[in-house]
Amino acid sequence: MTRRRSDARAGAAHGLRIARVLLSTQYATMLEYRAEIVLWALSGVLPLIMLGVWSGAEASGGPAATGGLSAQALGRYFLSAFVVRQFTIVWVIHSFEEDTLAGRLSPYLLQPLAPVWRYVSAHLAEQVTRLPFVLAMLALVFLIHPAVAWLPSPPRLLAALVAIPMAFALRFAIQWILTMLCFWTERAAALERLMYIPYLFLSGLVAPLEAYPEGVRAFALATPFPWMVHFPAQLLAGAEVPVGRGFAALLLWTLVLVPIGWSGWKLGMRRHSALGA
Amino acid sequence: MGGPRGAARLLLRFWSASLAAEMEYGVNAAVELLSVLGNLAGSLFVLSLFFRHGHDLGGWSWDQALVVLGIYTLLDGLTSTLLQPNLGALVTHVQKGTLDFVLLKPVDSQFWLSLRIVSPWGLPGVAVGLVLMAVGVVRAGTPPSLPGLALALVVLVAASLLLYSLWFVLAATSIWFVKVWNATEVLRATLVAGRYPISAYPAGLRVLFTFVLPVAFLTTVPAETLLGKASAPAVLAGLLVAGLALGASRLFWIFALRFYTSASS
Repeated sequence: MTRRRSDARAGAAHGLRIARVLLSTQYATMLEYRAEIVLWALSGVLPLIMLGVWSGAEASGGPAATGGLSAQALGRYFLSAFVVRQFTIVWVIHSFEEDTLAGRLSPYLLQPLAPVWRYVSAHLAEQVTRLPFVLAMLALVFLIHPAVAWLPSPPRLLAALVAIPMAFALRFAIQWILTMLCFWTERAAALERLMYIPYLFLSGLVAPLEAYPEGVRAFALATPFPWMVHFPAQLLAGAEVPVGRGFAALLLWTLVLVPIGWSGWKLGMRRHSALGA
Repeated sequence: MGGPRGAARLLLRFWSASLAAEMEYGVNAAVELLSVLGNLAGSLFVLSLFFRHGHDLGGWSWDQALVVLGIYTLLDGLTSTLLQPNLGALVTHVQKGTLDFVLLKPVDSQFWLSLRIVSPWGLPGVAVGLVLMAVGVVRAGTPPSLPGLALALVVLVAASLLLYSLWFVLAATSIWFVKVWNATEVLRATLVAGRYPISAYPAGLRVLFTFVLPVAFLTTVPAETLLGKASAPAVLAGLLVAGLALGASRLFWIFALRFYTSASS
């Protein structure tokens, strides 16, 4: 009994050490790519452009034109959506595709660590590299536009800081399922581009869900998409949101999709070894 | 190069060869078509949100705004057909040192690098853009006269050349900064602003999108010309900006080549 407990403790310590080493090496790699990461971050300006159009609409039609959101609420929403998007960007399908084509996957498989963790840690390290730049961009916006500046209340900030990684996990799980199709087709990345379309229009990146017609909004909320952007963004912006329902949806979708991704990996591995790699 | 006739014959050769290579991927066609239709549905839906409670977007009616969206879709299609594949290859040439071979060819290097490849996957976007423009113009009830149509065509060509110049200058900086390709993603992401008429934006952004990043001359001014609501100064400015940008891209290329020390040195 005591032995089993100490084994478990040793296992946990070992896992922690692997995580620490993985994250610190990936972080060192990402620092090399700082310039590119700044450009990637800049190419996430879509919510800020949409903020421009929506504020224009609010200025001419009042809050009625924007689903009841005031100019200030719009500013906070889209800035939050910008931040949420920055920390939930997933590109695993592209690096996985590259790794399989370059034959890097097979040596990874020899190591006593599931390759998925390598990709997860690369994403987390990239987010850390992004952080100072995102903060600088926010500071710049607040400087130009002091009227939208706000400090979320501590409980809201805490909730958002939990919801954003959960949104990242869900987004990662969705893309991981498509990534596993790489074992069967060379066009998996094209499918990811198709998946991006409902994400773009239903997640709340281009419009606050409050401005959607009732039917479309109900439909969107039944998909995983709005929980990955709209919900964490409204948490951060301090708007009225169904907090319990949001967290439940994030958790539920993740719990449904992670096992699918896991079986995809198992099936893919079987095919991979059948091909003689 | 043998004058414009020779250039046209070269282009025909280039494009038939690259089309033959691309057509091997049948699935791509289906995916691209679906993607264009999905994006069209989404863009129309988002545009409709602005008209739910009011009747205009920065002074533009729904039908007029369709023309702007159409021109954006058309230019985005052109980007995927010509700009992205060719200028992406330019960056690769610099990285791999194969730019030397291009410079040795008895063809103007800017011409060769800009038009060598054609990718069919942007063509559905071009088609959808043209349809949107036509539908918008007809429904707006102000069909242009023949000279008006000719002028709109000239302004549209100018807008395409302006877009090309932006891309080309950015890609040409790869002579100094090898990993410049991400910068074109930033360009593409910011040009999304051209989906909506420039008057829909607050004053500060309008200035930015006219004088710093000339989004206004890419979609709004051509749409105004097509709808017959353009002011003469706007049209003239559009043509002037495009001409200047094209000239600047030429000068910039000559300047950049002075710094290109070829792969072996």
